[in-house]
Amino acid sequence: MAVITLTINDELVSGREGDTLLTLMREKGIEVPTLCHLDGLSPRGGCRLCLVEVQGSNRLVPACITPAQEGMSIVTHSERLIKYRRMILELLFSERNHICAVCVMNGRCELQAEAAAIGMDHVRYDYLTPQLPIDASHQRFAVDHNRCILCTRCVRVCDEVEGAHTWDVMGRGVNSRVITDLNQPWGTSKSCTSCGKCVQVCPTGALHLKGSTVAEMRKDRDFLRWILDGREKKQWILRNGGQESGR
Amino acid sequence: MNRVELQAIAQRELDQRQSYRCRLLCCASTPCISSGGTAVQKAMEEAIKANGLNAEVVTVATGCMGPCSRGPMVTVQVQGQPDVIYERVTPEVAEQIVARHAVAGEPVADHVMPSNLPFFTKQTKVVLSNSGLIDPERLEDYIAVGGYSALAHVLREMTPEEVCAEISKSGLRGRGGAGYPTGLKWDLVRKAPGERKYVVANGDEGDPGAYMDRTLMESDPHRVLEGMAIAGYAVGATQGFIYVRGEYPIAAKRLEKAIRAAERRGLLGSRILESTFNFRIDIRIGAGAFVCGEETALMASIMGRRGQPVPRPPYPAQSGLWGCPTLINNVETFGCIVPIIQKGASWFASMGTAKSKGTKIFALAGKVNNTGLIEVPMGITLREIVFDIGDGIPGGRKFKAAQTGGPSGGCIPAEHLDTPVDYESLRALGSIMGSGGLIVMDDQSCMPDVAKFFMEFCMDESCGKCVPCRVGTVQMYRILQRITNGSATLRDLEILEELCEMVRDTSLCGLGQSAPNPVLSTLRYFREEYLQHIQEHRCPAGVCQMTEVPIIELVHRPIARAAAASPVAS
Repeated sequence: MAVITLTINDELVSGREGDTLLTLMREKGIEVPTLCHLDGLSPRGGCRLCLVEVQGSNRLVPACITPAQEGMSIVTHSERLIKYRRMILELLFSERNHICAVCVMNGRCELQAEAAAIGMDHVRYDYLTPQLPIDASHQRFAVDHNRCILCTRCVRVCDEVEGAHTWDVMGRGVNSRVITDLNQPWGTSKSCTSCGKCVQVCPTGALHLKGSTVAEMRKDRDFLRWILDGREKKQWILRNGGQESGR
Repeated sequence: MNRVELQAIAQRELDQRQSYRCRLLCCASTPCISSGGTAVQKAMEEAIKANGLNAEVVTVATGCMGPCSRGPMVTVQVQGQPDVIYERVTPEVAEQIVARHAVAGEPVADHVMPSNLPFFTKQTKVVLSNSGLIDPERLEDYIAVGGYSALAHVLREMTPEEVCAEISKSGLRGRGGAGYPTGLKWDLVRKAPGERKYVVANGDEGDPGAYMDRTLMESDPHRVLEGMAIAGYAVGATQGFIYVRGEYPIAAKRLEKAIRAAERRGLLGSRILESTFNFRIDIRIGAGAFVCGEETALMASIMGRRGQPVPRPPYPAQSGLWGCPTLINNVETFGCIVPIIQKGASWFASMGTAKSKGTKIFALAGKVNNTGLIEVPMGITLREIVFDIGDGIPGGRKFKAAQTGGPSGGCIPAEHLDTPVDYESLRALGSIMGSGGLIVMDDQSCMPDVAKFFMEFCMDESCGKCVPCRVGTVQMYRILQRITNGSATLRDLEILEELCEMVRDTSLCGLGQSAPNPVLSTLRYFREEYLQHIQEHRCPAGVCQMTEVPIIELVHRPIARAAAASPVAS
């Protein structure tokens, strides 16, 4: 495959033809925030966080989907880009309910991490706070639309990797929502294989395992009775030279 | 069908036309139908029957005649006399027209529209040359005015390269709004490697107040089909699609009828005009999404997917429908092809300005005396459009601004009325040519309110794929709402401007990139008006209610009151 040379932040970088800008930037150790992009899924270019400047063009291009070209000159962290990234994150936080303190993903959320990395500590826009439903009809998983940022990773992984295409998007604009089947409860979905891939790729707490939300958190203290009872009945004594423990 | 037969049909049709002494052309496009055009034609037919004139007088349902606000329109053609155009025809007037004009030859003076009005004389009809004169539902009518002879000429005399070169030479640019050179695009698709190629006509016209494409598809569907077939020959495609907006049922019906008629006559389909060229055209109907006018979203919709844009490159010319090279042009662009082939590229290039050639159709609307559909040469000034063709502002009010390009465009104030209308000049003024919507506003229009209207439109029509457009438009709309209800502060204006720049620079497709345009252009020319709303708490045009106050004032008022009441104060 042909080798191409381009400039990223005033440094010469070589890459293979067909590589995206994001691949080359990551190889170089240059990090830009991404939310809709996930290695292994088709690129989408929807979150607009990985936008970079191409010299000689006044249009910003998404690094995740733009193929590198010979002689390109890229700037990844100009003042304008950082300002725009921050504003986009603020918009995402204002769109739905992203109160971290009561979220299942608090501390491991990609949206939270990107906001922290860029130093976004407050939102200047109105919180739109829509009242969206939570679908907990599935046996093992639940979807909280209030946490969804519409990155459609779930839609892509379900279609491209699992091959089920249970997930899709309905509505448009801010009223868009990810849906299962034809907007039927997840638990009744005939196409869902319950593989859980969507849950694993979700960057926020929108898709999660049941039982992990703050409200569902319960302490299971039955173990105490079980252990004490066993001690009382001397069930912990080893028999047969330690090969088998009796109960 | 071959060229000789084509000419024979044309001759037969013309002879048949000669056999009638008088033809009554009744407009049957959407505006006139909605104002009662169907009843007018019916009344005329009954009057003809009652007067026993079946052999000498005939009614024809035609396409649009232009002055749509004065409909229903009727044109009376009496042999050997100039055409007479009637406005606001009711069934009663229609009977009089038959009884007096068709029989006795004396026009019904009250309803005659003088043909020497600037509305007619300042126009140059190229794309709409058949509109209002032929029956769009009859193929023979189109053939009689030279229809499909351009296709026959191209198939017989020209190579695909020559066709592309001819279009390039004409200087034709995309009529959908962006103004990309059409010949260049055709050449790109022609040269793109690939066995299968497609031609797509974009008829998903969605700008509020604009109906150029609808009229063209309703009034002269065969011209669009012929233009597409020529394009198919030039780029090497065998399949075309017309994407018609779902709200245009009459256009879709007439196109469908036109395609079937052309296929029956061997003018579309296999071995067109006894050549080796095959070209099929199918209709795809939109489901009511403005964003599907964006080319990549439109193609997604044709392929049966969710109508959302995808980042370019790859451009449709390299990878479009089902990954094949695809030529996508506006229906008005295809409407320009036939006259270019018939009359030559240099004739077309002789009209217009240095960089914008030919004519452009505008839907003139708003606070102007003559509203309707007009076709003018590029380079005409806005003043001529508004004050000559449009006959000025009703009630002698003051012209304030003209809005071009719909929700993607901007407002042009009175001081720029003498700017020639072409792609570059309008862009320099912060607006765009757009698809051709032109809304005139007088001093009773409030600019922040206008900006709010267009922002609400963009907010509703955003597809939701990219964040800046999906959420940014909502936030901008909320700020504009605050400005127009009196609760905004200067801080809001600052945030609004910042958001405008960000949404323009970071959005994925043209919808988001141009959504801030109405705000940016009104801020550029009418900043004073925004400041009056915010600082002086009043709407100079008297449109906004201004019922709210900024929340910060609500906080400060009781403190101030308490301070004033306190004896310790001062």
